[in-house]
Amino acid sequence: MSMLDGCKTTGKFPAGGCYDLFLRAPHTMAENQDHEKQYVGFATLPNQVHRKSVKKGFDFTLMVAGESGLGKSTLVNSLFLTDLYKDRKLLNAEERINQTVEIIKHTVDIEEKGVKLKLTIVDTPGFGDAVNNTECWKPITDYIDQQFEQYFRDESGLNRKNIQDNRVHCCLYFISPFGHGLRPVDVEFMKALHEKVNIVPLIAKADCLIPSEIRKLKERIREEIDKFGIKVYQFPECDSDEDEEFKQQDRELKESAPFAVIGSNTVVEAKGQRVRGRLYPWGIVEVENQAHCDFVKLRNMLIRTHMHDLKDVTCDVHYENYRAQCIQQMTSKLTQDNRIESPIPILPLPTPDTETEKLIKMKDEELRRMQEMLQKMQQQMQDQ
Amino acid sequence: MSELVPEPRQKPVVPMKPVGINTSLLGYIGIDTIIEQMRKKTMKTGFDFNIMVVGQSGLGKSTLVNTLFKSQVSRKSSGWNREEKIPKTVEIKAIGHVIEEGGVKMKLTVIDTPGFGDQINNENCWEPIEKYINEQYEKFLKEEVNIARKKRIPDTRVHCCLYFISPTGHSLRPLDLEFMKHLSKVVNIIPVIAKADTMTLEEKTEFKQRVRKELEVNGIEFYPQKEFDEDLEDKTENDKIRQESMPFAVVGSDKEYQVNGKRVLGRKTPWGIIEVENLNHCEFALLRDFVIRTHLQDLKEVTHNIHYETYRAKRLNDNGGLPPMTVETEGFLEAWILEGGGVGHAVVLFLSLGDMARRDFGRKKKKKKNKKKKK
Repeated sequence: MSMLDGCKTTGKFPAGGCYDLFLRAPHTMAENQDHEKQYVGFATLPNQVHRKSVKKGFDFTLMVAGESGLGKSTLVNSLFLTDLYKDRKLLNAEERINQTVEIIKHTVDIEEKGVKLKLTIVDTPGFGDAVNNTECWKPITDYIDQQFEQYFRDESGLNRKNIQDNRVHCCLYFISPFGHGLRPVDVEFMKALHEKVNIVPLIAKADCLIPSEIRKLKERIREEIDKFGIKVYQFPECDSDEDEEFKQQDRELKESAPFAVIGSNTVVEAKGQRVRGRLYPWGIVEVENQAHCDFVKLRNMLIRTHMHDLKDVTCDVHYENYRAQCIQQMTSKLTQDNRIESPIPILPLPTPDTETEKLIKMKDEELRRMQEMLQKMQQQMQDQ
Repeated sequence: MSELVPEPRQKPVVPMKPVGINTSLLGYIGIDTIIEQMRKKTMKTGFDFNIMVVGQSGLGKSTLVNTLFKSQVSRKSSGWNREEKIPKTVEIKAIGHVIEEGGVKMKLTVIDTPGFGDQINNENCWEPIEKYINEQYEKFLKEEVNIARKKRIPDTRVHCCLYFISPTGHSLRPLDLEFMKHLSKVVNIIPVIAKADTMTLEEKTEFKQRVRKELEVNGIEFYPQKEFDEDLEDKTENDKIRQESMPFAVVGSDKEYQVNGKRVLGRKTPWGIIEVENLNHCEFALLRDFVIRTHLQDLKEVTHNIHYETYRAKRLNDNGGLPPMTVETEGFLEAWILEGGGVGHAVVLFLSLGDMARRDFGRKKKKKKNKKKKK
């Protein structure tokens, strides 16, 4: 713009001829420059993030819970097309009489089209199996809290570059298809966990139910979830500018909850095609057939559309709840103990040995010195 | 003249069981008509059968019982609230029906146990069931011991208990073991794998093998018990059932569908129709034949001759080898003595009282003596 102005005032350029060209050309050039000046270029940010994430890889922690024999392991194998439970030994009833609920982690690295996923499956064998199942969910809630605590410590610590996120992002809870709805154990478990983790309830072994029974059971479970005030994972609302097809899919997804699933890792022949399914004398159940079960919906939801949202909700809601509670507890303790207030709430470390104590004292000294320096600098800036 | 003296034939020793003596008759006597006479009698009087169903809620107990007897005999069909709220403790609900077939009347009682195994803490949830079974034995015992007892004692004893195992595909659950350990000595237990349409053929065979092994390892004798096989024929037949078919993997249904031009009971799924009475699909037909067509009478007999007798012996032993005293017997005894009935007889009767009753009676007798003296 300033160049043109210069032209007009000095009148250096002759009118007509090439001046016309010149007059016309700068119009588009100006536009370009205009454009260039308005176009900052941050629209490429998602791509940059994408490239960095792909390089870094993703991690996802999935917990499976429910009575034994509901097909949890088979479903996990079907979802991720792996065989995580090759060397598992099943206990018989007598051995299970004295068993308590355990927490077992399986980690597997999966790669697809250049994207790496570090998948951790947290298994809870023994849940709901005993004659007396009072508080059988306690080991599970303790585990989840431990992961939160670990993350909290890491976050408040000094070296935050490589924090390992072991928090449980999603818990698939398997409801037995043999009942008439939720059992007391189901209700108590979900109430104990709905504020710590995203619960996705599933109806297991759905091939023993006919379609009308599945409908009734789903309705019943939805009613009972409302009645008992259980907060299961809610699919987020889709934006108003999404296309109709997406919105339709989203609606169907919400209406199918809780998903009635079937798992299988064996391939059978059906109608000349090889499909994953279960072979019965009266027919073949295809796992990936949407008319047979909701497995495809679950897989799409869990992996293809909502994996990131699950992680977000874990970070933003469940973890923050935990952190707020924790800090509240700590501050009430601090005021009781009359300790020096530090700007960063540091968790009281368990029982540090003398070496670590020395290290901690050194670091504390460093911190104090840095704080003093900061204050001096602030003073200087104010004086300026 | 030669008299043919017939050799004195050795008197045949009368055997305990008249086995193998086939004396040919010189004409038709008609002994075999006794079967017809028995049959006519049974048809007139009818008979009763009490079946109990035990298992977690939702395993299809009511549907199976309806399917077994091809009528709406379960608790759910008798106008009970279909809301199915899980009760907090195990309840015992007995519903009686009279069903008739071919002129034979059966008074069928289905005893349901809602609430079993449904709570978070299921410790001792079998106790109400054990108590109920023992109460029925006690009722029968009291009637038997009564002086003026009825011609036909109403039989409310549990003849058969169907225990429903959840088809997890892994093994028995601790609760299943506990229940069967406690109750296999008191009642005939027939373990049944419920909702078997959730397992493929291989899974079914494996599961059944595992369950059988677990039952054996834990010493649980389910019906038909090995120790009560009477002869070789029974043994071979029952062995085959015990080692191959049991526990029966069943599917129940009260809806009919058209398959190959026939109307069959079944379940219609998007991938096919499961026929309840088709042996390739499930073992319902085997269970039905076993319980109703072949072993019904045997179930009643084992209950009466073995389980009831065990209970009775235990009760008598607790009472010092004597039957329990009832109010009528006591009154009768008093009346007998006061009216000058033979003392000897009274002594015999007296000895048949239990210890407690004896003590009380002695006290009462003294009171009466005192009263008389005062007069």
